[in-house]
Amino acid sequence: MKYLLFVACDPDHTEADVAAAPDIDEWLEYVNGKGLRITGDRLRPVSDATTLRVRGGELLVTDGPFAETTEWIAGFDILECEDLDQAIEVAAKHPMAYTGRLELRPFWPLDDE
Amino acid sequence: MTDARAAAAVADAVAAQRLRIVASLIQVTGDWDLAEDCLQDAVERALERWPVDGIPDNPSAWLTTTARRRAIDVLRRRQKERTKLREAQALAELARDLTGDDPGPYGDDRLKLLFTCCHPALPMAGRVALTLKSVAGLSTRQIARAFLVSEATMGQRLLRTKNKIEHAGIGFRVPAPHRLAERTAAVLAVVYLIFTEGYAPTEGEPFRDDLAAEAVQLAGLVAQLLPDDDEALGLHALLLLQNARRAARADAGGELVTLEDQDRARWDHDQIDAGLAALAAARATGRPPGYYRLQAEIAGLHATAADAGATDWARIVIAYDALLALRPSPVIALNRAVAVGFRDGPEAGLAAVDERGDELADYPLLPAVRADLLRRAGRRRESAAAYREAVAVARTEPERRYLERRLGDVAADRP
Repeated sequence: MKYLLFVACDPDHTEADVAAAPDIDEWLEYVNGKGLRITGDRLRPVSDATTLRVRGGELLVTDGPFAETTEWIAGFDILECEDLDQAIEVAAKHPMAYTGRLELRPFWPLDDE
Repeated sequence: MTDARAAAAVADAVAAQRLRIVASLIQVTGDWDLAEDCLQDAVERALERWPVDGIPDNPSAWLTTTARRRAIDVLRRRQKERTKLREAQALAELARDLTGDDPGPYGDDRLKLLFTCCHPALPMAGRVALTLKSVAGLSTRQIARAFLVSEATMGQRLLRTKNKIEHAGIGFRVPAPHRLAERTAAVLAVVYLIFTEGYAPTEGEPFRDDLAAEAVQLAGLVAQLLPDDDEALGLHALLLLQNARRAARADAGGELVTLEDQDRARWDHDQIDAGLAALAAARATGRPPGYYRLQAEIAGLHATAADAGATDWARIVIAYDALLALRPSPVIALNRAVAVGFRDGPEAGLAAVDERGDELADYPLLPAVRADLLRRAGRRRESAAAYREAVAVARTEPERRYLERRLGDVAADRP
């Protein structure tokens, strides 16, 4: 199963959580070592985001993200896991699990019935 | 062979084997609907064949084999239409299982089913519904009735839950050892919620005994499947001990009777014995008492007391203190205050309530508890005011009638 791991900021955490969070390099070493991560990266903050749509044939480009919230997407990873439990185990070791919030979304391939 | 005898034999075999058959078919095929359909088909065949051919020597094996054969037929038919790797593997495994006498690792499959139904990635309402459907074997209609929704709504809820299992890739398996404790807690929470919904529904009828009985059964199954888990034993003990009071909780007119006034001869003493035995087994694990075991200890102290006056309130208060330390909640704080009221007198109970006034302020049972303590303390006017407040926030009709009766007693200066 392929999962997209959204890594989001979440102001609701303590100094102790920050201290308990593992290092991102440790996580990368672990997840890449197990061959469970296809790709992933950090993303520039929402102040650098651009949103666009085409309506009535006209392109509308605006500054900023889809929605202004305190929990904005700060990065992503694409995981290839056996099942959700394994994806949860992998995500639970991510530093942002301690200081942010992670969302696992299963892929829904277009050629799926 | 009469049809009635055959039908009874079918019912017995289903009661004994349903869960094993469904769990093992889900394990092999990964298809929840297929598993239910194949069982249903096997039951229909049994009802057709057994009155004619006689009851087989091993009814359980007959049912299992027939359900598996049915699964093979369905998968073969599907395979002709399109090839799916998972189905091909399932076919091979089912065919292999049919040839041997080995019934397979059934215990594991039932546990897998339980953990999957109660997976924390599923919405709570979905966990409850799917556990009642797949583990307890209730029909969609029965579950819909128990939760006061339409059959269509419950069908949708079950479908969405099964879809999430499939789409999100929730594996049909027992969690890894380091997650077992928290995942077991999630299973116990679902069983406990089913029980409370039956024993003390938040709306509608006063009790739904069938739902509470299902929860007791489920708790027994969980305790049997996880024999080393002291909290699984504790929950089973708790539900047995509470459910043992069911017949005494309403009088002939269907009116609520509080624990204090219940006719203890009407308690189910066999169930109390079973509850005490489960409690002893939980204690024997030597682990410090957890959330459910502490509540079972309290229920056990009530169950073994001749009447409210003879109850060991001191030990009950100690158990509530331990519960509060473990998992602070307004309900527990309020129950503790009631116990303090019995141990040290109503004024002490009131003081215990007021001590936690802020955190209890929005709790709907607060005015009822205060009203009762004020009544015992002889402060009738204040008691009547609190009862009026309690009537206004009563959650169920019988609860409201009970409070109005009490209000009448206090207002008329009856004891």
